Amino acid sequence: MKPQPVALKILNVLSLGLFLAALALVFLYAPLEVTMNYVQKIFYFHVANAWVGMLGFVAAAVAGVIYLVKHDLNWDIIEVSAVEISLVFFLVAILAGSIWARPSWGTYWTWEPRLTTAAILELVYIACLLLRQGIDDPDRRARFSAVYTLLGSISVPITFFSIRLFRTIHPVIIGTGSASSQGSFDMSPKMLVTMFFSLGAFSVIFVTLFWHRIRLGQLSQVVDQRKMEE
Amino acid sequence: MTIEPDTASDHLASRKSSFEQNPSFLKSIGAIIWKDLVSELRSRELLTSMMVFALLVILIFNFALELDASTRKVATAGILWATFVFAGTLGLNRSLALEKDRGCLDSLLLAPVDRSAIYFGKMISNLVFMLIVEGIVLPVYSVLYNTNLFVPGLIGVILLGSIGYVAVGTLLSTMAVQTRTRDVLLPILLFPIIIPILIAAVKASSGILQGMDLVQILPYINLLLVYDVIFIALAFMVFDFIVEE
Repeated sequence: MKPQPVALKILNVLSLGLFLAALALVFLYAPLEVTMNYVQKIFYFHVANAWVGMLGFVAAAVAGVIYLVKHDLNWDIIEVSAVEISLVFFLVAILAGSIWARPSWGTYWTWEPRLTTAAILELVYIACLLLRQGIDDPDRRARFSAVYTLLGSISVPITFFSIRLFRTIHPVIIGTGSASSQGSFDMSPKMLVTMFFSLGAFSVIFVTLFWHRIRLGQLSQVVDQRKMEE
Repeated sequence: MTIEPDTASDHLASRKSSFEQNPSFLKSIGAIIWKDLVSELRSRELLTSMMVFALLVILIFNFALELDASTRKVATAGILWATFVFAGTLGLNRSLALEKDRGCLDSLLLAPVDRSAIYFGKMISNLVFMLIVEGIVLPVYSVLYNTNLFVPGLIGVILLGSIGYVAVGTLLSTMAVQTRTRDVLLPILLFPIIIPILIAAVKASSGILQGMDLVQILPYINLLLVYDVIFIALAFMVFDFIVEE
């Protein structure tokens, strides 16, 4: 087994450091929001998780398309890594959002465009993993899951717009939100700094986990090959 | 692992030329549809089970929702679409499982026709079965609940929705029959992808049934059209990857 490359080791440490720093910024540096108080603090990590989840979703779709063109199983490993990691990050984003929504909206869940789309995105990921489980041939598994993530990556944005056709209460913090959104607030410069720092920190954490997962995928491929040889 | 020398651009190029040189493209689609219709006419397995299933779904909704006049007003569109979607899954599964089990899919792939002709053939025959079932559910529902569902707008929406549904459904069921979990997998794969179709179709149908203005319904009809075009094009492009060995 190859040892971890130096860059990855640096990323490990950097991820931990950035995460702790983001935590410190959230609780010590960012000011309290006037109406929502401490509840609003979860927002920084909620947005960061959702962002990373989206990043992984795009990465999975892109890796899938590249696989279909090149037929190189390494891209399949990249794709499934992105799917698995995004699944977890998105779940955290949904849970954090629910925890925030309970005091702000008075309910854990509402069938609102972003929430519904996030839930469907989770289901697409889970379906993709179930699909992979049902196929033994690695080449076919890679092709099918690439096609499926491609379908998902086109359907999920359409879902978002189709629900958006009715209306939304999800606050839009950056840019202009709709008049009916609830729980919206103006960000002070310190809050903005904290949010973008969290986004950056989680992006680094994502890259680190992504790398680890890709390495894991390559190792299990080696194990499979050894088993075949025996 | 087989490594295909050709790239996606080659795929498209070869396909384009096959369109130009091969006037039998439509003929082979027609042959596949004909084959499906004839075999269905002889066995009547697919349509019977789809229809009975659809009626059972309506029966269940009747008791689950206590469909009195006021509930029906808002729930009819939803019930119809839920029925179509569930019955459709049954049909899609069966139609492709038959091909797979009897080795027919392999023979189709061996035939010297463009792969996309197989896709379109299967898709259109699935669409025909689905429309037949819908054509029976609509009058039955109308009689059972003393309403008239034969509104031109509604029929148009049902047609558009069904096209999008079978476009994705045929692709995904071709995938599902090649896995170990097959029948169980299709709804899990299909439902998250067809949510936009369902939203747009239900909204447009209930708008039409409640007599809304065309302006309010039009965005949903546009959405259906967009979805249909995108997903037929996409399925056409990726079908080769699903059946290639």
